[in-house]
Amino acid sequence: MMSRYSRRLLRSRVWLTFSVGAAAFGLLWLVLILSTLVWNGLAGLSFSVFTEMTPPPGGAGGLLNPIIGSLIITALAVAIGTPVGILAGTYMAEYGRFDRITYAIRFINDILLSAPSIIVGLFVYEILVVPMGHFSGFAGAVALAVIVIPVVVRTTEDMLLLVPNQMREAASALGAPQWFVISRVAYRAAQAGIITGVLLAVARISGETAPLLFTALNNQFWSINLNTPMPSLPVVIFQFALSPYEDWQRLAWTGALLITAAVLSLSVLARTLASKGGER
Amino acid sequence: MAELTMGAVQFAERATTLKRFIATDSFFRHLTRAAAISVLAILFGVFVSLALGAWPAFRTFGLDFLTAQSWNPVTEKFGALAPVYGTLVTSLIAMLIAVPVGIGIAIFLTELCPRLLRQSIGIAIELLAGIPSIIYGIWGLFVFAPFLQQHVQPALIDLFGGVPLLNQLFAGPPYGIGIFTAGLILAIMVIPFVSSISRDVFETTPAVLKESAYALAATKWEVIWSVVLPHGRAGVLGGVMLGLGRALGETMAVTFVIGNAHRISVSILAPGTTISATIANEFTEAVGDLYTASLIALGFILFVITFIVLALARYMLSRFELRTR
Repeated sequence: MMSRYSRRLLRSRVWLTFSVGAAAFGLLWLVLILSTLVWNGLAGLSFSVFTEMTPPPGGAGGLLNPIIGSLIITALAVAIGTPVGILAGTYMAEYGRFDRITYAIRFINDILLSAPSIIVGLFVYEILVVPMGHFSGFAGAVALAVIVIPVVVRTTEDMLLLVPNQMREAASALGAPQWFVISRVAYRAAQAGIITGVLLAVARISGETAPLLFTALNNQFWSINLNTPMPSLPVVIFQFALSPYEDWQRLAWTGALLITAAVLSLSVLARTLASKGGER
Repeated sequence: MAELTMGAVQFAERATTLKRFIATDSFFRHLTRAAAISVLAILFGVFVSLALGAWPAFRTFGLDFLTAQSWNPVTEKFGALAPVYGTLVTSLIAMLIAVPVGIGIAIFLTELCPRLLRQSIGIAIELLAGIPSIIYGIWGLFVFAPFLQQHVQPALIDLFGGVPLLNQLFAGPPYGIGIFTAGLILAIMVIPFVSSISRDVFETTPAVLKESAYALAATKWEVIWSVVLPHGRAGVLGGVMLGLGRALGETMAVTFVIGNAHRISVSILAPGTTISATIANEFTEAVGDLYTASLIALGFILFVITFIVLALARYMLSRFELRTR
């Protein structure tokens, strides 16, 4: 009797040890990846990275033009995607909360949320690059906006659904029309959550490479004209890392460190904002 | 008399304000509705534009496109079999590793971890999902693949050298890059998906059920195996499908380490290619309409596969009403 129980206990311990091992295994990769990234990235980090253009093979230079390109494309993508996403989320949580179409949109939006980003690149290539006849920074921004929209829709809807109905009813009882209730009551209550969603979307697109490969393409030179191919940090990392030149590879590591630092700090910021919003 | 006109003016003002309110409300309603419908339009647009772009390839090759292995831009003979095979095999390797590890992490976080560490370890694992895929790519190419080439792959080749079947699967030479390496990197990327959703699902297990099992003298593992896991089965499966969706469509990490070879090898240590890696590598250099159309056709196949997988994932998760990314 006793031996049977101790056998069960032993079995339990063995499996639980596996589970602890799994957690250690997961954390191991995080430590390995981040430490090699910091080690290799810091080696090439200097002031000139932020002040000089991408170099020709074998020359010295920095990452100024891809950094600026990435900032412009990301800003434009957020400027296009955020209003659409917030409005769509508003419809789903407010006007059309019980519409049948809202269920369909929620389902489709969840699929878009995790659709492969290279498909988005192909889509924008077909609808913008082919008709325009050339690659452009604008097409890159549209591709990233397509990725921003589902993220913002999801968080906006979730956050608006959390706003207590009594607040809406109170405002309606004072004679406020629905648009007024939404814009002055619901949006304000859900503000922190909606901003979190936008930050998460920015974090998501900052590292995206695949949708930019055949929309914004790349550019070795200074370019802030949205109608021409534009360099971006992820695409330059892709190109430089796969090149045989050591200077380029070193710059790729530095760029990778910059992107990871930006993405991880954005998501930590979003997380703290979200937990603060939840405490209220 | 004066009071009466005041009243009429007020009445008129009120009527115009009311009209303005109604007009604004209807404008706002239509605006938000249009935005919501644009989400449907995007998905529809993706489907239609890819189908149209892929049409020349499907018309030329017909169903042979799915079964032909050749990929020759010079003779313009294109078949999707090698990239589709690579996509499925790398994803299979990834899921074989990521599913047990991810569920193990979720069990650790919900049942074993001290409360103080729970949140920080959970966030750390989720950071793995936040790292951009190009970072996995550059790390895989410069750090992971050389390590595998020098230390792991020769050992695997030696170990299985005398075993039938397995010596085919792990046949040398150790390239470093290839299907095996891509599968391992995908596994690391998918682990946080499986673990964070499984954790959320496990947390919904009613405490009463677990307490009843403990009261019957069940060990901790027996509680997990017979109460927590069965309760969360559908949700875990949803998380696994979501992870599979990511593994199938992942581009940059795979492109760096797959070797981009259009052939099907029995050995998983050999270089290969996937749908997304083929598109990423060749699209901007593709000359000729048929070449471009064939690449878009590959994208269309990937879109259809991931759509089905993700739809299944959402269906299974809908029962748990979890907030997932």
